[in-house]
Amino acid sequence: MSLTGSTRRFSPLVPQENAGQFFSSGHTNNWAVLVCTSRFWFNYRHVANTLSVYRSVKRLGIPDSHIVLMLADDMACNHRNPKPATVFSHKNMELNVYGDDVEVDYRGYEVTVENFLRVLTGRLPPSTPRSKRLLSDDRSNILIYLTGHGGNGFLKFQDSEEISNVELADAFEQMWQKRRYNELLFIIDTCQGASMYERFYSPNLMALASSQVGEDSLSHQPDLAIGVHLMDRYTFYLLEFLEDIHPSSKANMNDLFKVCPKSQCVSTPGHRTDLFLRDPGSALITDFFGSVRKVEITMETINLTEPIHSFR
Amino acid sequence: MRWEETVVEEATADKEDTSAPETVVQSSVPQPKDDFQEELVIRPLHSGDIYASFQFRTLWETDFMRGNKVSHYRLFPKSLGQVISKFSVRELHISFTQGYWRTMQWGQPFLPSPPGAELWVWFQDSVTDVDGTWKELTNVLSGIFCASLNFIDSTNTVQPSASFKPLGIGNVTDHRFLRYATLPREIVCTENLTPWKKLLPCGSKAGLAVLLKSEKLFHSSFHSQAVHIRPVCQDWQCKTTSWELRQTLNVVFDLHTPGQGKLEWSLFKMFSRTLTEACPLASSSKIYIDITDDPQGEQFEVSPATHLLSQAMVLGDRRTFSVYDLTQQITFGTVRSLNLLIRWKSSEDMLRPLLHAERYVAGYGLQTGEIHTLMYNNHPYRSFPVLLLDSVPWYLRLYIHTLTVTSKGKDNKPSYIHYQPSKDRVRPHLLEMLVQLPPNSVTEVTVQFERALLKWTEYTPDPNHGFYVGSSVISSLVPSIVAMDTNSTREQPLFSSFFPCKEESSYFMRVYTEPLLVNLPTPDFSMPYNVICLTCTVVAVGYGSLYNLLTRSFQIEEPSPGLAKRIANIIRKMRGVPPL
Repeated sequence: MSLTGSTRRFSPLVPQENAGQFFSSGHTNNWAVLVCTSRFWFNYRHVANTLSVYRSVKRLGIPDSHIVLMLADDMACNHRNPKPATVFSHKNMELNVYGDDVEVDYRGYEVTVENFLRVLTGRLPPSTPRSKRLLSDDRSNILIYLTGHGGNGFLKFQDSEEISNVELADAFEQMWQKRRYNELLFIIDTCQGASMYERFYSPNLMALASSQVGEDSLSHQPDLAIGVHLMDRYTFYLLEFLEDIHPSSKANMNDLFKVCPKSQCVSTPGHRTDLFLRDPGSALITDFFGSVRKVEITMETINLTEPIHSFR
Repeated sequence: MRWEETVVEEATADKEDTSAPETVVQSSVPQPKDDFQEELVIRPLHSGDIYASFQFRTLWETDFMRGNKVSHYRLFPKSLGQVISKFSVRELHISFTQGYWRTMQWGQPFLPSPPGAELWVWFQDSVTDVDGTWKELTNVLSGIFCASLNFIDSTNTVQPSASFKPLGIGNVTDHRFLRYATLPREIVCTENLTPWKKLLPCGSKAGLAVLLKSEKLFHSSFHSQAVHIRPVCQDWQCKTTSWELRQTLNVVFDLHTPGQGKLEWSLFKMFSRTLTEACPLASSSKIYIDITDDPQGEQFEVSPATHLLSQAMVLGDRRTFSVYDLTQQITFGTVRSLNLLIRWKSSEDMLRPLLHAERYVAGYGLQTGEIHTLMYNNHPYRSFPVLLLDSVPWYLRLYIHTLTVTSKGKDNKPSYIHYQPSKDRVRPHLLEMLVQLPPNSVTEVTVQFERALLKWTEYTPDPNHGFYVGSSVISSLVPSIVAMDTNSTREQPLFSSFFPCKEESSYFMRVYTEPLLVNLPTPDFSMPYNVICLTCTVVAVGYGSLYNLLTRSFQIEEPSPGLAKRIANIIRKMRGVPPL
């Protein structure tokens, strides 16, 4: 029905025609897998990295039940932490990224390559609780964030084992074959991070890394009270960028690629979009970092033909 | 409409009973009774620290064990109710502790707990595969509490035969249905507090739970949060039983302000919050401040003042408390908020606790060692028996023939010993002994052990930190100064009604020792890489040089001529004349 006096014609409010608008990006739910792979107090910044992404993702709408958070060591309640139960991202200590409402799913010795790959592929023992599973389907957009110490073609887990880029690419291919994702955004903040996405070959993957092969990712700034570096440069500027994003923001992936140019990061961030079927400019940041639910208001009343019976 | 036929009656609830509770009002059918109480006890300690103990208790008259599933939860959290019914749990006790309780400085806690995580469960006798159920239960609890409880397996689980009797009703003595495990390495942080708070009926939004802010709670000397589930009697004859869920949180702050004679603290200083209301779902919401050490008010000063006083028999002593009832509006005064302020002077020595224990590792080197456990009986003339439970991991091989128990220099033979030897990689050592402690003495238990070499995949990522041995548990009925109250169904504060009291002249006490940190012989994990580098270098340099020497042939070569000669040779080549 068209409103009188208005030059615009409203489309008839038939539910089927507007259903397409709901799923223009193709996904119906969002998941996030955030992993910090480093142990020991001097790797405080890796835990701060992961927690800042966790904080942004929760703020933009993904609930705890859809986030798998893996922290290899405990920094907040570490006895060396002068301010217990806090993890800061900046030495002005304004933002406590640990927060008051955090749920860590895998912690301490549980963060291993095997558990990470099992979470991704879904091959977990039957008694694993729901909070530790990635229950995604073929309409899920997944954000995967890894941080830690890495090298050319590998990422170190807890100083005792490594995951290689080939294993990671194969895990994503398993996920594709089992229809466990619709689109996947992979972000890695380690030294020589771009080597980790070189071997991907599954469709609908987009990857970002904090440094190219042969370059080191650097940390941002130390804090003299806590005594260690608080955050890495790439994730620091990523957090700054994400703090400006709100759930209905229209910023797209091209803006994300511009985060942390060489002047700020010292290393050259890289990205890979050749496997991604959509144009990165049409992919919104909130498609991966947020959990936007579109709502359409209908003016019509709908008559249910049958009365609802209560079951006995 | 057929609503009047839909009866909400928990005793015969169907699985498909989807009617919402608010739509049905049936006066003839009694609703299952559930009740929630919360309390906070604050006790200034002689060392100058402050001990705050929160208890939240939910009582629910229902039966999880029948065939029909319980489907309507109100105050009792659904996640725990489903755990009880799915795994046929009769009693569940789980605690997460950061820090060690210093008995000699702080006295006895209301609810003792060992450092790390501790879980002990009594299953119903209908369970056929207790080990399988135990494994699944630990996995589910690790998801609920965000803790790595899935590391509990057969190598750190024991079945105590005499300690850890059920704290609820029921006189099952078959220890096949009891499982006990500790994880001394488990960290407690906000991620464990968050799901714990979500189990409370009011969450952390109203009532005493608004004080639970992690930044203050973890900045303390001792923090322990626990969940206890057990069936209890509702009346003296025990005609009706109900399920009791207690969530407890004990914390010890040290707020020493140097100088000035008097110590001062307030709720705001401890928790950075004040109280504005009680939890609306609570039938009772009280704060108790222990003023026993100063009844005349000379050394203590509490504000806002209150006339409500209460006496309770707790830990073998009669203590006096000032009571603040948060369900009364008048407690909050005109400012609508309650911030308790107390000033006190730390007085002379406190009464020494009657039972106290220590444990340490003696010896040198990485091959052998000796575990010493000391138990102190500080009662001047009474002796009493204690039950000592020791669970030692398999990689410390105990030599039980070297076990000695001595008191006052003489041998003290235990009247009951239960020992289950360990099996490599399958189960740990279990040692339980009933020892009579003579009055005013120290009893020392020593046993020698040998350290095992683990397989290289069994080491943790940080093996040089050491390996933990869980705390010893010492349980005992200690003689009390005053007559204890044996009627457990009488109305009494939560902190005095946790441990059931069977006789008047003694009360139950449990003491945990320190966990031990033991270094095992650790291989150098960089050696395989070093060996490969060294071998390849030696082979390359040694064999390569030899091969070259043997197979290389030498040729004599003329030195290259000077520049003038080279130009002359080029001209000669062009003319066709042989070079110089």
